[in-house]
Amino acid sequence: MKYTEDHEWLNLDGDVVTVGITDHAQEQLGDIVFIELPEVGTQISKGDDIVVIESVKAASDIVAPLDGEIVEVNDAIVENPASVNEDAEGGAWFVRVKVDDTAQLDEYMDETAYKDLIA
Amino acid sequence: MSELKTTPLHALHLELGAKMVPFAGYDMPVQYPMGVMKEHLHTRAAAGLFDVSHMGQVLLDGAQAAVELEALVPQSVIGIEEGRQRYAFFTHRDGGILDDLMVANRGDHLFLVVNAACKEDDIELLRRNTALCRVVPVTDRALIALQGPAAEAALGRIVPVAEMAFMEVAVRPSDFGELWISRSGYTGEDGFEISVPEAAAEDFARRLLAMEEVAPIGLGARDSLRLEAGLCLYGHDIDTTTDPVQAGLTWAIQKVRRPSGSRSGGYPGDAIIGPKLSAADVDPDDRRRVGLVPDGRAPMREGVELFESESAETPVGRITSGAFGPSVGHPISMGYVPVRLASADTRIWAEVRGKRLPARVTDLPFRPATYKR
Repeated sequence: MKYTEDHEWLNLDGDVVTVGITDHAQEQLGDIVFIELPEVGTQISKGDDIVVIESVKAASDIVAPLDGEIVEVNDAIVENPASVNEDAEGGAWFVRVKVDDTAQLDEYMDETAYKDLIA
Repeated sequence: MSELKTTPLHALHLELGAKMVPFAGYDMPVQYPMGVMKEHLHTRAAAGLFDVSHMGQVLLDGAQAAVELEALVPQSVIGIEEGRQRYAFFTHRDGGILDDLMVANRGDHLFLVVNAACKEDDIELLRRNTALCRVVPVTDRALIALQGPAAEAALGRIVPVAEMAFMEVAVRPSDFGELWISRSGYTGEDGFEISVPEAAAEDFARRLLAMEEVAPIGLGARDSLRLEAGLCLYGHDIDTTTDPVQAGLTWAIQKVRRPSGSRSGGYPGDAIIGPKLSAADVDPDDRRRVGLVPDGRAPMREGVELFESESAETPVGRITSGAFGPSVGHPISMGYVPVRLASADTRIWAEVRGKRLPARVTDLPFRPATYKR
């Protein structure tokens, strides 16, 4: 598992990475009321805004952590945005990305480094 | 940035784990660990305690107080019965709104509650325009709102309040000193606002919070509660650029102050507001505050521009408040649109993140109030 400074978690399986937000992130956002996901097949570049999350407080974006193609999105969280508050690091993942170059993950933090960041 | 002010309940907020934010120059709780959504629902189901001590409390003392205040607001102040209060607003000579406030008649004086961000200007305005009464800012009292269906039972354990009706005021001795109580609030719920001596404020709040029904509620839920109730937030939904007719606040202007009333006019902006109060000649290009319900689930927040069609180039209005409404279960907004688009069920388009999303004009409030009349 890898973590970004934007509080995303990345779980690599083969050349597909599952992207979600950390428990710390959902706590900071507060009650989530709306999520907009990209379409399957979308080509993304690192830094693109790919997901919109609105909480009771404000709107925020999830940026693409790497280059690739969206191969799967979690429609269940669109139906039930509050599930991200309950299970951010489990079932409430956001998108799966087929990555162009798995070496792009190397720059991200491991769990220990991320825990230091939010401590 | 200058140092933030604190209320007498500041230490208690921190102890309760509140997330604090700057608001109108004060360090205020935006939410507690319960979170905005649950705080909102708790208030509607039981009772919420809100620290509103940042708001201005002002006494207008003197036999001519009501007469002098009537020169600054389009309300009938003389007509407020002793032991009652009324919603009012200070108007500008251009017809805009300088602040909205509550005015209570407490026998030999008036008691005003004004918005935090406006209180210094309001006091200055009152001082400049009153010759016969004394303007006395109350700076040694906290103000606590207790809102929700269980508010009467909770406060009733400290002082008798069951006999009070909506918009009645009373002064009651208590274990916490003299309480100045009004049966009112800004959530659409039955409830009370209680002015309590500063030194006893924390003990008073703790006594209420120890009751099972009562939870502390932050500014986040206060905002979604008042929005569901269709109530204006000064500086957002109303300000110096909106007149009371545009803002849909004509219900708060009594007959006696309207054209052909016995104390017609005589307030700043009467030449602009007065003629607009006669419904016969509505300008279709004038604007109105309306409720808006998005078709989809994306909240349409303050500042979002409104369009007459999906492709129209020029905006026709703007959203002034928008959020998810926890009790209604969908996003809700208020904003201004031209009169011709202001009737219920009119289709309107809002531009959110570069996309035109449909919404529907709707009557306010989004959720009926439950005041104890």
